[in-house]
Amino acid sequence: MSGNRIEEHPILPIADREEINFYWNGKRFAAKKGEVISSALFANGIKIFGHHHKDGSAQGIFCANGQCAKCAVIVDGIPLKSCMTIVKPGMKVESVEGLPKLPQTEKHEISDIEEFEYDVLIIGGGPAGLSAAIQLGEHNIKTLIVDDKTETGGKLVLQTHKFFGSVEDSFAGTRGNDIGKILAQKVNENKNIDVWTNSIALYVYKDKKVGILNNDVYKLVKPKIILNAAGAREKFLRFKGNSLAGIYGAGAFQTLVNRDLVRPTSRLFIVGGGNVGLIAGYHALQAGIEVVGLVEAMPKCGGYKVHADKLARLGVPIYTSHSVLQANGKEIIESVTISQIDEKFNPVKGTEKTFECDTLLIAVGLESVSEFTDEAETAGIRVLSAGDAKEIAEASSAMFNGKIAGLKIAKEINPNVEEIPNSWFDKAEILKKEAGKTYDYNIIEIEEGIFPVIHCLQEIPCNPCSTICPTNSIFMKGDPIMDLPVYEGRCIGCGKCVTICPGLAITLVDFRKDIVFPTVTLPYEVSNHKISIDDEILCVDIDGMELGMFAVIQVLDVKANNRTQLIKLKAPKNIAKKIVSFQIQKAEVSKQKETEIQNISDEEMVCLCERVTAKEILDLIRKGITDMNQIKAITRTGMGPCGAKSCDNLIMQLFRQEGILLDRVEPNTRRPIFVEVPLGKFADGKK
Amino acid sequence: MSNYDVIIIGAGSVGVPTTLALSEKKLKVLVIDSKSSAGQENNKKAIGGIRATHSDFGKIKVSQRSIEIFSTWKEKYGDDIGWMANGYSFPAYNNEDEKKLKDLMKIQHSFGLNIKWISPEEYEKLVPGINIDGLRGSTYSPDDGSASPLLALNAFYYKSLDYGAEYKFNESVINIELKDNKISQIVTDKGQYSADTIINASGNNAKEIGEMMEIDLPVIPDSHEGAITEPVERFFEPMVVDTRPIKGSANYYFYQNNEGQVIFCITPSPSIIGTDSDSTSEFLPQVAKRMVELYPRLANLKVRRTWRGQYPMTPDGFPIVGRSKEIPNLINAVGMCGQGYMLGPGLGELITRIVTNEFSDDDIRALKSFDPYRDFSGMEQFK
Repeated sequence: MSGNRIEEHPILPIADREEINFYWNGKRFAAKKGEVISSALFANGIKIFGHHHKDGSAQGIFCANGQCAKCAVIVDGIPLKSCMTIVKPGMKVESVEGLPKLPQTEKHEISDIEEFEYDVLIIGGGPAGLSAAIQLGEHNIKTLIVDDKTETGGKLVLQTHKFFGSVEDSFAGTRGNDIGKILAQKVNENKNIDVWTNSIALYVYKDKKVGILNNDVYKLVKPKIILNAAGAREKFLRFKGNSLAGIYGAGAFQTLVNRDLVRPTSRLFIVGGGNVGLIAGYHALQAGIEVVGLVEAMPKCGGYKVHADKLARLGVPIYTSHSVLQANGKEIIESVTISQIDEKFNPVKGTEKTFECDTLLIAVGLESVSEFTDEAETAGIRVLSAGDAKEIAEASSAMFNGKIAGLKIAKEINPNVEEIPNSWFDKAEILKKEAGKTYDYNIIEIEEGIFPVIHCLQEIPCNPCSTICPTNSIFMKGDPIMDLPVYEGRCIGCGKCVTICPGLAITLVDFRKDIVFPTVTLPYEVSNHKISIDDEILCVDIDGMELGMFAVIQVLDVKANNRTQLIKLKAPKNIAKKIVSFQIQKAEVSKQKETEIQNISDEEMVCLCERVTAKEILDLIRKGITDMNQIKAITRTGMGPCGAKSCDNLIMQLFRQEGILLDRVEPNTRRPIFVEVPLGKFADGKK
Repeated sequence: MSNYDVIIIGAGSVGVPTTLALSEKKLKVLVIDSKSSAGQENNKKAIGGIRATHSDFGKIKVSQRSIEIFSTWKEKYGDDIGWMANGYSFPAYNNEDEKKLKDLMKIQHSFGLNIKWISPEEYEKLVPGINIDGLRGSTYSPDDGSASPLLALNAFYYKSLDYGAEYKFNESVINIELKDNKISQIVTDKGQYSADTIINASGNNAKEIGEMMEIDLPVIPDSHEGAITEPVERFFEPMVVDTRPIKGSANYYFYQNNEGQVIFCITPSPSIIGTDSDSTSEFLPQVAKRMVELYPRLANLKVRRTWRGQYPMTPDGFPIVGRSKEIPNLINAVGMCGQGYMLGPGLGELITRIVTNEFSDDDIRALKSFDPYRDFSGMEQFK
C-alpha cells in the first residue's frame, strides 16, 4: 500500500473532498477541505511537528483529541493545537521549535459571557450520552448535550466493526459508526434536546455553572443535573524510548485512520491485547496498514477471543506473555524490541526480538474521565455518570447504562415518569460482563446438507446470530446473551448468521452439491486487500493454523450484507468445517530485524509534557515523598498542558513498584481548566 | 523539660524559611503541619513575585533581605529556584494614580530603593504592545523580581532537613496547653510536644490557633484567584500591576516567569471572606477582560490552569510579627496579607533574632511595622 491517504476502504465511504493548499514551513502542501491540520500534515508525510523547548525532543501527534499539546504548531503566527484546528486555504503553518513567539495583537473585543439554563447537561455525546438524551427527550426534559467533536457519536464514529451485545438492546450486528448515526438522528429529531458540537466542557465551577467553549465562544451553562458521559482516557506505558514520536494510543490512531482517512503508518506494532488493541489492529489492516505484531503481557489476550482470533487468522502474530522492552529510534520510532516476561512481569533474558515499525500503538487500558463528576459533587450539583465515565466496558454496555441513567434522571426531575424496569438492571449487568469461560471445540458431525459452523468458543455478551436466523435454528444454550450459540435445526443457507457475526466466526458448509468437496462460505471485510475468483488463498483454522491453499470460486458482494463480503471456496470435507478465514498478511511482514539496534534511548519518560523521567520521580519517592503535589512542585510533573492526564497513573505505578501503599499517597490536586484555552476567549462572549 | 528549642506551627511561606534560619543557627526545631508536605496551603498558590518596593521600613527591610536570599540561592546551594530580576511596574492611567505613585517613590527613594518613573514610550519598550491610551507613565523597579514558590520552598525545606530540622506532616494541632502563662504543650491529633519557644506561623489558621491560647489575632483570610498560561518566548519584562479599581475587582497583576509562562491574579472587590478554595466561574471572565483590554497581546495566550488561595489579611494590611506579651514563649508570625512568600526568607532570619534575642537597631525599627499591639488603624499604600 502506498500513499498517506486512504483511497479505498472496505467499510468507510471515501467522499470526494475539495483540495486546498496551505504552507508548511514555507512549502506548499495540499490538504482536503475541512480536515484538521495534523491530518493534513500526516497526509503529506509530516510526522514531526516541532521540537520540545526543554530537551529538543521531537513532538508529534499523541492524543489527537485536543487534550495535550504535543501536536502544537504555529498557525499564521499563533501557537495552536494542530489536531483541533481546521486547515484553511493559504494558511501558513510552521513547526514549533522551542518556545513559540506570541504575536502582537491589535485591540481585542470585550463582552460579557452568555449564560444558559437547562434541566440536564450531558457532557459527552457518545453512546452513553446520546442514549441518555433520547430517554430525557422522550420525557420532555430540557437537555443539552455538549461534545468536543464536530459530530456526536463519540468513539462510535471510529468503530467500523459490527457490534457485540444484544440486538434488541444495543444494535448488535450493526457497525459502530452506523449506530452513532442512528442515535444522533433520534436525538436531532427531539425538540427537547439541544446539541452543542465543537464544545469542550472546561470545568464545573463551585457556583454551579459549567464553563463550555462552544465553537470557540466561551459560555456558561447552569444545569439542575449533570450526566457525566465524557468517556475514558487511555493509559500510557513506561519503557525506554517511550517518548519518541510515533508512539501513541488507539484513540489517536483510529481518529487518523477512520475519521480522517489518513494512513499515519505503514508498519504498525501494537502493545496490548485487550479489545481496544485487537480492534485497532483489525482497523489497521482494513486501512491497508501492515500490522507487524501485537504484544500482550498476560498469558492470553484480555480482549474477546473472537477479536484475537480474527487478527491472528489474517496473519498478525500475537505475542502473549511478552512486553515492550524499548522503542528505538532517533526522533521517530524506527523499531521496537519486545521480550518474553516471567510471572513477575520481569523480562526473560535472551528472548528479545526486534521488529521494524514506524508507529507503536499503546492500548494498555482505559480509565474513566471522572473529573466532571468530582467537580459537580464539590459544587453540590446532582451528578450521575454513564458509559466509560462510569465504568470501563464495551459501547454496547455504555448505550444501555446511558439509557438507564437517562430514565433515572427523568424520574428525578419528574416523579411521574415510569419506574425503570428491573429487567434493565439485569441486562446492564450482562452487557458489561467481561468475557467468561472458553470452551473446547465441538466438531459438528453432520456431513450432509448445508449448515453453519460456529467458531465461537468463549462466553461473551453477544447474540445477534441467534436472533437473525429465519428458521430459529441458532440459539443460546442457557443465558440468552452470554452463553455460546449452538446450531440445531434446519439451515436454509441464507448466510445471515455469517454476515451479522461481529467476530466473523461463523461459516457455512454446504454438502448439497458435493459431499467430497463441500463449499465453504467465509465472511470477509478487508476488501482493500482484494480477493477474486480463482485466487489461491491460504486457509486457516480458528487460531490461524494453516490448513492449505484453496481456490476461490465466488466472491459475493451483496448490498444487504452491509459491506461484509462472502468468499466461497471448495475444500476437502475433512478440512472444510475447520476453515474460518484465510491469511492476507504475508509472514515476511512480521520478520524479526537482524541487524544491530542503534539509537537506544535509556530514558523512560513519565511526564511527556514537562519531560520528567521515571528516574527523577523514583529518586523523590526513595527520598520519602508521598505527596504527589510535592513531586509536582519539584519536578513540574503534571504541570504541563495535558494536566496530568497521562503521568498520574505512571507515578502511581512507581509508588506501587517501590512497595508504597497507594492509600498513603496524597493525590494530585486537580484544578480548572480541562484543556488550555486562549485568554481572549474568556474576555469576549459574543465573538 | 523541652524536647525542642522551637516548635513552629505551619510549614508554609513563613514557617519553612524560619525553620531554615533557626536550624542553621543549630537550634533544634520541630515543624507541625496538617498537610502532606511543605507549602501545600497558600505558599503554592503564590504567583512568585518578590519586591522590596513597599511603603514602610519594616516590609522594605525584610524584603530586601529576602531578595538577597532568593537571588543568591543558586550560587550558594546549587538548586535553581527560578529567580529572575524582572522588576515590578505600576503603570498610571490617571493623574491621581500618577501623583500617588510619585509620592510613594519619594519614600521609597529615602530608603535607597532602586525605583524610577518611566515615560509611556519607555514603558512600551518594556511591555511591547501594552495599551498606551491614557498612559501617564509607570514606576519601574528593576531590582525586584520573581522566583518559583514551589521550587524555593522545597529548596528551603530540604536545606533545613540538612541542618537537622524535623517535620511532622499530616498532623493537626488540636490543643495548646498553657501553664503559668506559658505554653507547656502542643497537642496534636497524633502526639504531644513541647519546646522553649513556640512560633505561630499558621497562615489561614492564625485566628483559630490564637483562640486555643485565648489570644485574639485579627487575621481574616480572603480569597483571590490566580492562573498560569502556556509558556512562550519572553515578550515582556516586569511584573505589571494595574491598581485601578473597577466594579467587581480591585487590582490585578501579571508577569512572565522564568519558564515563559504568564501568571496572573486578581483581587475581588468586595473581598470574598473565607477559606473555600474551590474555583468559581467569575474569575476568568473578570480578569481576562481587564488583562486583554490593558494588554491585547495576551488574548492569544492559552490559559493552562487556575486556582484559588487566600490572603490572611489584617485590618491594616501589615503582618503581625512579634513576641506575645501574654504568653512570653510564643512568637506570632501571622497575617502576611498575601506577602508571606516574598517576606518569608527575610522574616525567618528576623524571627530567629527574636528567638535568640540578638536585635539590631534596624530590627527594632522593622518590628514596629509588624507590632502585634499596634492599633491597626493605618493602611498600606498600593499593597
